[in-house]
Amino acid sequence: MSAQAKRLDRGGRIDRATPVNFTFNGKTYQGCAGDTVASALLANGVHLLARSWKYHRPRGVIAAGAEEPNALLQLETGAYAVPNARATQIELYEDLKASSVNAWPSVEFDAMAINGWFARMIPAGFYYKTFMWPKSFWTKHYEHYIRKAAGFGVAPVDHDPNRYEKTNAHCDVLVVGAGPAGLAAALAAGRSGARVILADEQAEMGGSLLASTQTIDGQPAAEWVSAALAELATLPEVRVLPRATVYGYLDHNFLTIAERLNDHLPLRARSANRERLWRVRAKRVVLATGAHERPLVFGNNDLPGVMLAGAVSTYTNRYAVRLGDKAVVFTNNDSAYQSALDLHAAGVNVVAVVDPRSNPQGELPLAARAAGIRIIDASVVTEARGGKRISGVQVMGLTANGEVGGSAQALDCDLLAISGGWSPVIHLSSQSCAKAIWSDEKACFLPGKPVQAEVSVGACAGEFTLNAALAGGLAAGAQAAQLADFETGVPATPEVRDPLEQPMLALWRVPSPAKPGRGSKAFIDFQNDVGVSDIRLAAREGYQSIEHTKRYTALGFGTDQGKLGNINGMAVLAEALAQTLPETGTTTFRPNYTPVTFGTIAGRDLGELFDPIRKTALHGWHVEHGAKFEDVGQWKRPWYYPRPGEDMHAAVNRECLAARNGVALMDASTLGKVDIQGEDAAEFLNLIYTNAWKKLGIGMARYGLMLKEDGMIFDDGVTVRLAENHFVMTTTTGGAARVMTWLERWLQTEWPHMKVRLTSVTDHWATIAVVGPKSREVVSRVCPDIDFSKEAFPFMALREGTAAGVAARVVRISFSGELSYEINVNANAARQVWDAVMAAGAEFDITPYGTETMHVLRAEKGFIIVGQDTDGSVTPQDCGMGWAIKKTGDFIGRRSFSRPDTARSDRKQLVGLLTSDPNVVLPEGAQLVKNPNAPIPNPMEGHVSSSYWSANCGRSIAMALVKDGFKRMGETLHAPLGDGRVVSATICKPVFIDPEGAHQNV
Amino acid sequence: MLLITCPWCGPRAESEFSCGGEAHIVRPKDPDALSDAEWADYVFYRTNTKGDHAEQWVHTYGCRRWFNVIRNTVTYEIKAVYKPGETPAGGEA
Amino acid sequence: MKFSIFSIARNAMSYHENWQAHWRNPEPKSEYEVIIIGGGGHGLATAYYLAKECGVRSIAVLERNRIGGGNSCRNTTIVRSNYLWDEAANLFEKSMQLWEGLSQDINYNVMFSQRGVLNLCHTLQDMRDAARRVNANRLNGIDALLLDAQQVKALEPLIDISPSARYPIVGATFQPRGGNARHDGVAWGFARAADSRGVDIIQNCEVTGIRIENGMVIGVDTSRGFIKGKKVGMVAAGHSGVVAAMAGLRLPVESHPLQALVSEPLKPCINTVVMSNAVHGYISQSDKGDLVIGAGIDQYCGYGQRGSYNVIEGTLSPIVELFPSLSRVRMNRQWGGIVDVTPDACPIVGTTPVKNLFINCGWGTGGFKATPGSGWVFAHTIAKGEPHPLAAPFALDRHISGALIDEHGASAVAH
Repeated sequence: MSAQAKRLDRGGRIDRATPVNFTFNGKTYQGCAGDTVASALLANGVHLLARSWKYHRPRGVIAAGAEEPNALLQLETGAYAVPNARATQIELYEDLKASSVNAWPSVEFDAMAINGWFARMIPAGFYYKTFMWPKSFWTKHYEHYIRKAAGFGVAPVDHDPNRYEKTNAHCDVLVVGAGPAGLAAALAAGRSGARVILADEQAEMGGSLLASTQTIDGQPAAEWVSAALAELATLPEVRVLPRATVYGYLDHNFLTIAERLNDHLPLRARSANRERLWRVRAKRVVLATGAHERPLVFGNNDLPGVMLAGAVSTYTNRYAVRLGDKAVVFTNNDSAYQSALDLHAAGVNVVAVVDPRSNPQGELPLAARAAGIRIIDASVVTEARGGKRISGVQVMGLTANGEVGGSAQALDCDLLAISGGWSPVIHLSSQSCAKAIWSDEKACFLPGKPVQAEVSVGACAGEFTLNAALAGGLAAGAQAAQLADFETGVPATPEVRDPLEQPMLALWRVPSPAKPGRGSKAFIDFQNDVGVSDIRLAAREGYQSIEHTKRYTALGFGTDQGKLGNINGMAVLAEALAQTLPETGTTTFRPNYTPVTFGTIAGRDLGELFDPIRKTALHGWHVEHGAKFEDVGQWKRPWYYPRPGEDMHAAVNRECLAARNGVALMDASTLGKVDIQGEDAAEFLNLIYTNAWKKLGIGMARYGLMLKEDGMIFDDGVTVRLAENHFVMTTTTGGAARVMTWLERWLQTEWPHMKVRLTSVTDHWATIAVVGPKSREVVSRVCPDIDFSKEAFPFMALREGTAAGVAARVVRISFSGELSYEINVNANAARQVWDAVMAAGAEFDITPYGTETMHVLRAEKGFIIVGQDTDGSVTPQDCGMGWAIKKTGDFIGRRSFSRPDTARSDRKQLVGLLTSDPNVVLPEGAQLVKNPNAPIPNPMEGHVSSSYWSANCGRSIAMALVKDGFKRMGETLHAPLGDGRVVSATICKPVFIDPEGAHQNV
Repeated sequence: MLLITCPWCGPRAESEFSCGGEAHIVRPKDPDALSDAEWADYVFYRTNTKGDHAEQWVHTYGCRRWFNVIRNTVTYEIKAVYKPGETPAGGEA
Repeated sequence: MKFSIFSIARNAMSYHENWQAHWRNPEPKSEYEVIIIGGGGHGLATAYYLAKECGVRSIAVLERNRIGGGNSCRNTTIVRSNYLWDEAANLFEKSMQLWEGLSQDINYNVMFSQRGVLNLCHTLQDMRDAARRVNANRLNGIDALLLDAQQVKALEPLIDISPSARYPIVGATFQPRGGNARHDGVAWGFARAADSRGVDIIQNCEVTGIRIENGMVIGVDTSRGFIKGKKVGMVAAGHSGVVAAMAGLRLPVESHPLQALVSEPLKPCINTVVMSNAVHGYISQSDKGDLVIGAGIDQYCGYGQRGSYNVIEGTLSPIVELFPSLSRVRMNRQWGGIVDVTPDACPIVGTTPVKNLFINCGWGTGGFKATPGSGWVFAHTIAKGEPHPLAAPFALDRHISGALIDEHGASAVAH
């Protein structure tokens, strides 16, 4: 076939001067700029595009837009692949490559079509009734086969080369849809000066007007569109977004728009962002989303060549495609007569219009008749025939009682245009929580009473004439602007003449001449292969709620979400249950209106931007010195500093030994720091912490435990008192933000009378911990104006002075049990001070250490890490920290101690563990049992929370939470490990070094 | 995403805020005077209203201040916003 | 009619016109031995086991709308039993064992697919928690493996284990017996099986009041009149507090929206169920081909069955971060359920201060996997009037005694 053999000689909005080459199923074709893949394939006479989900029936293009259920293609390959792309919405570009899905070896000869022969064996819900024996076969065999058979497209394997972005926007009026109603609304609102966003899913604005033969103010409709767009372009507050699908209408007038920025370009021409997510907060919303035409339901209504009448007009008028040589039109309303006229005008032989109504007298039927088109009235198409393309239809009369009767006549055709009337696109209105209302008169659901600040106009409000769309749009646009506080009037409606129409005849299902369940399959949901018989079966089997029917049959579960089929399905169910359509009700409309790329929703929150990375002021030094890093919350903390040839074990041993025998230093800047000031500050701490704070001397520090009201440990840290009413609290690294929120909440909501002010100063201060017997000598050199003598600067004291010439707060505290000082300086000076400490310590071989060594050092002393040795079920008493609880006075969590379960003396308690073999390190997370050989389930006595090789002890050490642990000193427990080993260990006090605390008492 | 009017900063997207749950739960003055059941009621039990619900919010990524909101838990409509210690306009908290 | 390949073949001969309703739609009787409030999976399972295991003859399930219309049909269908604490592990393992024979027991294929559940670890603390949980699972007789990143990659080829990721995958726990099932089918299958044992499933029957005399329940007022009941079980997830309030009870429960979403159907590309607590996302692929993705709960209380968009965005970025090639896959639909959130992320099952009134709620984001187990222990609890041993730790009064079972504080993801 020559290129574009089915392209009409003239007309259409395609750019004939710009041919575009593309590949479909490996074969090269040519279309024009302005084509969709669907229109280009049709222009080449290709109607068979896909195979259906279950029966693998041949399927072609039925619609021309978002409602298309059949023509799903795999677009491109490799990293640029898009599964399930809808041929009716893919704009053609040079070198586009697409292929059919769900067909093997090819869409023309699909081996799985054998399923069609078994159709009777696989009705709706068949899988609930079988595949149960043998029991073990489901996951491995049956399901494996079903999974392979299901699904359409193939997910890409390569990483997406594209980027996606997001924009937040606020507007006075968001207009959804740029057909006649939407354009009119945007004009009326825009002229007021209001900030207007007009979004339309198509590349070209204009909606139905782009295929219309009507005139507006005496001009072709498309010219009115051009003029409207030209005017909108002059309005500075109006933003027009083509290729932008409003897919979600959420609470508080928040709407989401997916704008496709470069999918229409050849692959090589694509750059920057692929899509943009608009997150719009609109004062008012005008919905002008149009209507979808309904298919008619009869045997084999899914054959390629059966198309919606409106789509037939679109392909004929807008894309200049000759869809067939011999067409039949089957309609229950006047609008499809326009399609017959359009085909006729394009030179297609319109064999007949089949209409169930008697003697239709509307303007369009009369025009068709005048054009010499045969009208077979009071009749229906009962069945289509054909293989991979329709070859004819069977027509029968419709009796007064709604049955088919009389003799059948066969008509040959290669195109059948069908129209069952129009369904307003009420998706967004329904998403906004308006409850759809059934209209008997219009035989459709209409948008319900608005719940949010929105209004529906034009066809989506059931106003199907052009005049009503324009007038309604202008009025709604003006009113929306007024409601958003702009002064404006309603512009005059342009002159339009709509043909006088006669009422449609609701026809949800063509009566079948065959007995129920027999005859060829009449499809309702094309994508999911749901037929009339499936819905009747569901009703028969008790799935009578529309939601049950939907779920039992998969009606409306496809990527089109039932845009075409749902209403017919509801009607067939209503009929089966002898109830009305509104009694049957609709399923819930949920976002998305059409599918949206994951990447668009993820946006830039990926990779490094997935979560903020926090680095201390000394990060650069750590990197320069080869540190390995650990993620702690959002922070990157040095984990250990391996020297060449060292593994982690060797590095940590070296660091640990240095801290206890010489001097070592650590960047402790990540600890949370909260500056607390005010005359009630001490009283506040009294309530927040478990211990007493009023008597803490100025210039002194104290350790505190923070609980939740349930009595469980929440955070801990050291707080220093700088002045009578001034404290600085430290928190755990990971807990800083939640502690800050926690403190603020109590202050603001429970104790607003307290005069306390909180400031997070975590990032303001850098903290350098200098640890070890030689630390005093080092810090003395760095801070010459501070007296570090034992008497002048006792343990748990704070001194202010300078470090390397920088104002510093130095605190003598210890998380290692060694003599130790923490130097706090402005973060900007951190490097200078750190370098000075390193220089001062050089002669002692001062050793930087990371979190791993910090963990070992503190475990050697039995100090807990909140979140590692505690887990939200651990009280201070469980940790042996009753000493940190004051005897009198209230604090948060105290009352919970006396609850029966919390007051038990045999709770899980924090103890030490020494393995029988000192060289074996228990894995953290090991569970402890009395008898490792006991049968499963083997009761657990506790678990290992911390465990290390201690170079200082020359053996392994561990901490564990053990039931009634305090009373079980000396008892041996066993840890059965995943690799089959059992490690035995004896319970001891969790202090492994210097139990008297002599090291820091120097 | 809800649109919440911070009493200090004005209307902002929900993503700037954190919800603190039911409002007006007062910490007992004398916890020792309570039975375990009464204490549990304060710590754990919630009214969980279906309908107009008084709840606490904090403008986490803004002024970091806490305030109260009356919000319908079915329609999600926000009926009132008021500062701690205030009563909502036109209704009881 | 027993379901099998043969019954399908036989019915195919008669053009499927002879299938019977899977459950009757009876008028409510004036009195029942046991009334179950709530026709979700848990309520229907309770009724089934009451009839089958406990010999109760007269049972009604009252459902204000349609059966299986709440969380039963809104969840992400994950089944696993790898909980940390003994109490939770025992309960969910009981459920797992029931799942393993469920299709055959109720003669309805619920498509329980033991494809395995991965819980990813991203930090050293994640790995500590994972090891703790895996060791505990094994000692409790629950299958559990600790995997390294390479082993994760072998199971899920599309996952990104590069060490340069913001939160690199350092390992995972794996429960091979875990997986997913067809959620609707579970409610329907239990309904059919319960109905066949004489349970009256009464849809469109809203309970409007619970009548109590002398501290004892005597029946319920409904939109279809008063129905006497010797015992009443409340199983109304999402509305637990609303129903309990009819009996004058307050609960340690808040109702929050929980959202989920699906992609368009794809050929198989995700083999297991993948969950990541640290980056807040979980994903599996349905037999139909949809990627099923669950979010965390919305922060506010809500009965609207919908949540906020930032939660959806915050769910998809971790998914794309974990599976970068899914970036071009498209999201088809999103929805929300209403989940009962308890202080310790564990359910409440047992007696109430009102005699013969029983409660089953608080399953949070993880109720689906519990469906058979929840029904089993609740049926026995109702029948005997005292908690089933597996349910005893989940008594309402643990919030008073302090005996909470802190599953979310303790590493196990709460889904």
